[in-house]
Amino acid sequence: MQSLRRMSHFVKPYWKASVLALLLLVSVVAMDLTIPRLTQRIIDEGIARHDLTTVWTTALLMLGASVLSALFMVANTLLAVRVAQYFAADLRSALFRQVQAFSFGNLDRLQTGQLLIRLTSDINQVQVIVAMSLRVLTRAPLMMIGSVILLVLTSWELALLMLVLLPLTGGVVWFFIARMQPLFLQVQRRLDKLNTVLQENLAGVRVVKAFVRAGHENARFDQANVALTDQTIRVMRFMSLLFPTMTLLMNAGTAAVIGLGGFRVSTGALTVGAVVAFVNYLLSTMFPLLMLGMMAGPFSAAQASASRIVEVLDSVPEVQDRPQARALPQVVGRVALENVCFSYNHDGGEPVLNGVSLVAEPGQTVAILGATGSGKSTLVQLIPRFYDVTEGRVTLDGVDVRDLPLRSLRAQIGVALQEAVLFSGTIRDNIRYGRPDASDEEVIAAARAAQAHDFIMAFPQGYDTLVGQRGVNLSGGQKQRIAIARALLVQPRILILDDSTSAVDVETESKIQDALDRLMDGRTSFIIAQRVSTVLNADKIVVLERGQIAAEGTHAELLASSPIYREIYQSQLGDGGGAHV
Amino acid sequence: MSSPTATQPSQQAMVGGPRGPAAIGHQRIEKARNPRGALIRLIAYLRPYKLSLAAILVLVVLSTVAGLIGPYLMGVAIDHYMGAGDLVGLLLITLAMLLVYLLVWLTQTAQSWLMVTVAQKALRALRRDLFAHLQTLPLSFFDQRPVGELMSRLTNDMDAINQALSQNATQIISGLLTLVGILGAMFVLNLGLALGSLLVFPLMIGATLAVGQRTRQGFRGLQMQLGRLNGLMEETISGERVVQAFGQEEAVLAAFDQANRRVRDAGVRAQFYPMLMPPLMGILSNASIAVVAGLGGWLALQGLVSVGVIATFISYARRFADPLRQLADLYNSIQAALAGAERIFEVIDRPSEPADAPDAVPLDNVAGEVVFDHVDFGYVPGVPVLKDVSLVARPGQTVALVGPTGAGKTTMVNVLSRFYDIQGGAIRIDGRDIRHIQRDSLRRQLGAVLQDTFLFSETVMENIRYGRLDATDEEVMAAARLANADQFIRRLPQGYQTPLSERGSNLSQGQRQLLAIARAVLADPGILILDEATSSVDTRTEVRIQEALLRLMEGRTSFVIAHRLSTIRHADVVLVINDGQIIERGTHEELLAQRGFYHHLYMSQFKGQAAQETALS
Repeated sequence: MQSLRRMSHFVKPYWKASVLALLLLVSVVAMDLTIPRLTQRIIDEGIARHDLTTVWTTALLMLGASVLSALFMVANTLLAVRVAQYFAADLRSALFRQVQAFSFGNLDRLQTGQLLIRLTSDINQVQVIVAMSLRVLTRAPLMMIGSVILLVLTSWELALLMLVLLPLTGGVVWFFIARMQPLFLQVQRRLDKLNTVLQENLAGVRVVKAFVRAGHENARFDQANVALTDQTIRVMRFMSLLFPTMTLLMNAGTAAVIGLGGFRVSTGALTVGAVVAFVNYLLSTMFPLLMLGMMAGPFSAAQASASRIVEVLDSVPEVQDRPQARALPQVVGRVALENVCFSYNHDGGEPVLNGVSLVAEPGQTVAILGATGSGKSTLVQLIPRFYDVTEGRVTLDGVDVRDLPLRSLRAQIGVALQEAVLFSGTIRDNIRYGRPDASDEEVIAAARAAQAHDFIMAFPQGYDTLVGQRGVNLSGGQKQRIAIARALLVQPRILILDDSTSAVDVETESKIQDALDRLMDGRTSFIIAQRVSTVLNADKIVVLERGQIAAEGTHAELLASSPIYREIYQSQLGDGGGAHV
Repeated sequence: MSSPTATQPSQQAMVGGPRGPAAIGHQRIEKARNPRGALIRLIAYLRPYKLSLAAILVLVVLSTVAGLIGPYLMGVAIDHYMGAGDLVGLLLITLAMLLVYLLVWLTQTAQSWLMVTVAQKALRALRRDLFAHLQTLPLSFFDQRPVGELMSRLTNDMDAINQALSQNATQIISGLLTLVGILGAMFVLNLGLALGSLLVFPLMIGATLAVGQRTRQGFRGLQMQLGRLNGLMEETISGERVVQAFGQEEAVLAAFDQANRRVRDAGVRAQFYPMLMPPLMGILSNASIAVVAGLGGWLALQGLVSVGVIATFISYARRFADPLRQLADLYNSIQAALAGAERIFEVIDRPSEPADAPDAVPLDNVAGEVVFDHVDFGYVPGVPVLKDVSLVARPGQTVALVGPTGAGKTTMVNVLSRFYDIQGGAIRIDGRDIRHIQRDSLRRQLGAVLQDTFLFSETVMENIRYGRLDATDEEVMAAARLANADQFIRRLPQGYQTPLSERGSNLSQGQRQLLAIARAVLADPGILILDEATSSVDTRTEVRIQEALLRLMEGRTSFVIAHRLSTIRHADVVLVINDGQIIERGTHEELLAQRGFYHHLYMSQFKGQAAQETALS
């Protein structure tokens, strides 16, 4: 309920249209209530008194009222649909903007598939209720109130019946709404589960096929499928009681009116026309309740969806600009880590980095080596504030990076991440990603430096070759080289290459190295690598071990002083052989 | 409930446009629309529930008839008992009404109870068929299809069908019956009044058809725009790290805003028309009441009809609108359901991986001789990736594939696993063409550690067990130890029971590779394939894995794709591949001595390190 109320905040900008829609609705209701009254007049005043003129004029009035009512209704619908769609677009925009503001830490905890469901189907569920509120949901109570008034005016004795009937019906509706909501949340959760199985099956299709696990996957899916179906059947069966029960109450009310009203007529206290009108009002009173009852399902669904949306909206981005953040007028490029500690889980667990201090002078190339899981990627991700340090600080030109605006900080840093993610579009678009206004010459220069130009030109369409959704038509090494070109094109003061040549052969890699040496002259670079050959020429090599710096120095220094480095070096040389091919 | 707005229109296959070279030459999934075919096939899913459906039909008829008797009894009560002062009769007829209404309640509940069950079970079968079929589709199908797009068929399109089936299927019958019943009762009661109230009938049908057509058009427009938006959002969110690293949030938001606005405007258009139906039907039904009242009043004055009959007529005229409104709504939601069904059947109709040849035999106890015999292959016709590749791996040999990125190394693995079928030449295992080996048994014998490590969002234990489902916990841990993964796994918060997340931030890339190796170790395959299996693992760890891998490779034919010498130097044969061709072959030492491409590749890393070079050569 609270979540739904939060959603109403997004309707506010459209309050004028909403109010107008509701006013129109009031007029519609007024018209709709007039019509049974006119029916009564035809019977009581027209037919009973043999007054044909009254019959005709009243019938015409009725027709006029219904035309007017329909016109109001159409205008109301137009407004309601507009408000609902604009509301949905705004809500989606707020949600999507929130995702853009999320830090890597937030993103780690969310699955793409889940976020997409919230952005589309959950928003749609709420949107349905907004449109309904401006139409049915509001109309129904209005109708009910109006009808009750008319009921009392027609026959207050018979109206006493409503004292029993209305609370009873309202209670039934309430009972269903309350009972259905938890059931419905269960359905949503099981749908999530089904989606997860599906998404992973599709994303991991190669593994599924390589291990011949179609049978296993089918079983996994069947399990989720059966669970979802069972729960859906449970909810729907429960719901299938609602409509007939509401109908029964309505019909029972009619029967009671006939019985009691008939008795009153026989005593001369009521006219037949009044009883007929009363039955009509009764139907008008009960029908909105019936509609409300029918809305119980969508209403529960919207509530569940709203809470899922609010959950995302309320997640606080872990990395944010500080209020006093001010951009550096000019970046020299001195990066320092001071006693940095970091852990992904704030609730303890082994820290990934533990007291790391490191200085990269402007223009230096710092290479980071270390065992799998020693914290190399984590370390470099702290510099552009993909994550914030848990303890200690990271500085750029002496200023804590947390005191710099994110945008200006990241504008100085070019990153090629471990997993080379490309976007659909042309190769040119992908290289230009960080600087959309770069000229073709600059794109080609970056591609040449990343040793990508030759293979790009080998494609029939060259730089205009389209890249599939995740660059599926490129080999791993080709994707990595495009990612490097993308990072270089930004002409960053600081370059971070996170094992970004792991799938590139050594000859190509050494050419990339040569190009980098030229391009990065005077700029600071961080290079994570597995191969000693990659880091031979670095100004400083840092060996990470279990989140701590185990050794630091140049190749020659470390070879002389660090047993770990020697071990790494030896491991690549093998017993007298070379390292990589 | 039956509002078509509740269905979530979904992504279309055409969204995203052509997808680069790989997409060219493959026919798009979008085909000519065939709503009738989709309807027939949907109905086929209801066939197993014939008995239930028959019962539903009976119940619908009963409830509809009972629903019509109610107002009739009311008219009788008003005409014959109310004015007459026959209180006993009045009481009896009131009781009769109550009885009839109880019957309505019972039959309505029962029919919808049954229908819900039938509909959900039919949907379950449809979902299962779609998923099972997806498992049989070739990799080339998935290459060009965004995950999100396929997902939306199984969720959003399925939902559209759900709406139509479970909520509306009974209404269509009861709606029609009610209509017929009301008309029949009207004609029996009074021909003139009946004809009078029928005046609005053609108008109602016309309105339904006109609005229905616009709804369909609007719905398609909305689906298309939503598809584009979905594509954009899916790609942005899965690449969010890159977006942020390059500070492109503003550009992304601009593109998003544009797509979002289009969806909004298409939504206004699409949803306005179906929502027109209630007021339209309302106006027409009120018009018919006015006609009945006017005409009835005149007839009553002539003494041709009683007041009770008019009251009954008015009540009928009121009810007249409801089934019509229902049918109109149904028309809309059936349009949506059929659009969804078409998209689902499009996938189900895609050809599976070609069936095993009739003479295909299972591959058990492989000796492990693998022969590539003049193999030609290209993912796209006209763009060869492998050109006349021939090689022989004798049982137990380790074959290293070396060469620049994009040379075709991974492709060789792909065709050996029959992820793709070759276009020329033959591949033979133990002398048998792999096209004459049952595909599943072939893949079971090929243990692959692939370039992209994929982990499921389950525990570490379950992820390793994926290699052999019946493995015990002890066997899983033994495999992890062999892959040198045990140590880091034990340091995780919950050890082997640690759940992994989608992108696995709790694991480094190298650690993910170790898990993939453990998985392959557990599978215990006849032929081992390591495709850059340790590229993100540091070399010291690799040395330790190497021992394990060497043990694993012993007596097994192995294909190793790597840049690292530690793996390659133990290989019995090194094949140097460039541009889809094998240009050099021999042992590490032989190739170095040849001073050819391999030597060049190998030495390139040491230029400027003359001392090293002399030491090494």
